[in-house]
Amino acid sequence: MLHTLKEPRRDVVPLGQMSHLDITEQYIKAFNWMLLSRTVEQKLASLWHASKIAGGVYLGKGQEAISTATSIMLKSGDIYGPLIRDQAGRLAFGEPLVDIFRNHFGAKTGATQGRDGNIHRGRPNQGYHAMISHLGTLVSVVAGALIARRFRGEKSVIGATSIGDGGSSTGSFHEAMNMAAVEKLPLVVVISNNQYAFTTPNNRQFACQDLVDRAIGYGVQGYSMDGTDLKDCLEVMRHATEQARSGNGPQLVVGTCLRLNGHGEHDDAWYMDKTLFDSPLGRDCVEVAESYLQEQQLADETEIESWKEDAKRQVEEAVVKAQREPVADPATEDWRPYATRRIAEAMIAQ
Amino acid sequence: MSITYLEAIREAQAKVLRDDPRVYIYGQDIATFGGAFKATKNLAQEFPGRVLDSPISEDAMVGSAIGAAIEGMRPIIEMQFADFSTVAITQIINQAATLFWRTQVPCPITIRLPSGGNPGSGPFHSQNLESLYAHFPGLVVMTPATVEDAYTMLLEAVEIDDPVIFCEHKYLYNRLKVDALPDTGLPCGKARIARQGSDLTIVGYGVMVQEALTAAQLLSQEQIEVEVVDLRSVKPFDLQTVLASIARTARLLCVGESFPWGGVNAEIVASVATHGFHLLDAPPIRINSKDTPVPYHPNLWHGHRPSAQTIAAAVRKMLRW
Repeated sequence: MLHTLKEPRRDVVPLGQMSHLDITEQYIKAFNWMLLSRTVEQKLASLWHASKIAGGVYLGKGQEAISTATSIMLKSGDIYGPLIRDQAGRLAFGEPLVDIFRNHFGAKTGATQGRDGNIHRGRPNQGYHAMISHLGTLVSVVAGALIARRFRGEKSVIGATSIGDGGSSTGSFHEAMNMAAVEKLPLVVVISNNQYAFTTPNNRQFACQDLVDRAIGYGVQGYSMDGTDLKDCLEVMRHATEQARSGNGPQLVVGTCLRLNGHGEHDDAWYMDKTLFDSPLGRDCVEVAESYLQEQQLADETEIESWKEDAKRQVEEAVVKAQREPVADPATEDWRPYATRRIAEAMIAQ
Repeated sequence: MSITYLEAIREAQAKVLRDDPRVYIYGQDIATFGGAFKATKNLAQEFPGRVLDSPISEDAMVGSAIGAAIEGMRPIIEMQFADFSTVAITQIINQAATLFWRTQVPCPITIRLPSGGNPGSGPFHSQNLESLYAHFPGLVVMTPATVEDAYTMLLEAVEIDDPVIFCEHKYLYNRLKVDALPDTGLPCGKARIARQGSDLTIVGYGVMVQEALTAAQLLSQEQIEVEVVDLRSVKPFDLQTVLASIARTARLLCVGESFPWGGVNAEIVASVATHGFHLLDAPPIRINSKDTPVPYHPNLWHGHRPSAQTIAAAVRKMLRW
């Protein structure tokens, strides 16, 4: 087992119940999503620097392990509310590659048709929620989706959503955690503590010793995991999601890592403490996972190279496809924010 | 038998709970207690598990309603007072109002706002927020002025596929009564001529329709016959009915209980000035509450908001123009 920042707290059982084959398969699958996500984000950064993308580009370098380990545990019919740095989790949840580039290009064919951009995308009626910029507000939305499932009598469904160390300070986050606990919802909330909320470090963000301590206050189960170590993330997330699925209420997981890029591509992160990059926090989870695969002889260098090449090929194909599709056009836009036809027509008449 | 405005709201909720399994109600003190104003009296007992007490978390209440609506439910959120909906404003204006635009997934939620004042309620239990919510694209804002509309518009609010801000006026809760509830009413976006007259058009909504009708009675004794248009919903609002009335009267007075600045009245005056300038024989006028927080003491409260007397005075002045 690789070095972990903190021992997981409270109730975490190791992967003993899974067969070696299952563990290997899941690790390799997860690693491939992480690789694909990293490749996507490298491409997005290039496209942004080449002025091919309007607005911002927000990347999740360093958070792929936490993100993948979260959504890879979700089953068909589960609910997922990803946040800014969850490209890896989105892919593992089933988002088609081309949808990523459609939304960044503002393609008509994209999930938001050019009406919103970049990471603001989802297919909410397929259980894949579309974040807004107001942090913490998605937690209660996912909770509400679970309330609906409960009304419909669905038993084994769970929801998972992400937040950062900064977002965990919002009123929306507190309200939603408390409400989910009161309602005993099968909700897994994963905080990626990447040490910085835009430019603000942890010591200006919260005063508790560890964000996981909040779990006791909310009355939910809490876990810590080393966000740089895919194995630890898979173990903890598997346990937390099983707990939620078996009726034990909300689960709060805090994964610790370092944001390995700026807040967005426009930000060179000059304000970050550079010594963090040389600490265990600063390890790149993709590199750590790659070393682990080789050390454990789960994959050799040639195999990993072929996965990387495959990721590049898939990404290039998706970019080419998205670039050929028409972008949003004011002349054909219907400019109607109402789903109810007669309301939309009445708005035009006034 | 007589039914109050408040009972009509309760009856409408009972009906949608009975008829539509997608409906549930979430709010503070609404289950066993039946709500601060008793708008959900006995509903938790009649519909077990579908009328739920929430924590004091307006943001999470609305956020959860959005999530449930995405999954096909039709939640009704009761804010204990309209004033407290500002805690949920991020969810309402940024999440709910934009959802369909962003994702093409409808957001059929109804948020009930017990609005406006009663004497002694003070700055934080008295506000009217229809102008605030009407500002944002994607929201429907209803302002029923009658028992019948309180009933049929709430039924319609639940049926509409968009987020509806339902501004029910607390002053009317127990002051308005009818003998029976109608099965149907005018659709949202259609105004109603509450009183016919030829000398001047008063456009109002919510409680101010009742104040305007009282003013009209006072003025009638002076041989002044005003027409009163009840907007019913402020977003969308029925410009055509307003213009048609002004075509008959040539004068417009807009009355609202909310704060004056940038409000519904300003929008109506601007629209009439744009589309009906040629119909007017006098400048269009609006009266609202004063541009201060809502005061506590009944004497101050009566002086803060438009009343039948101040409306009648404004009409007399306009007719001298």
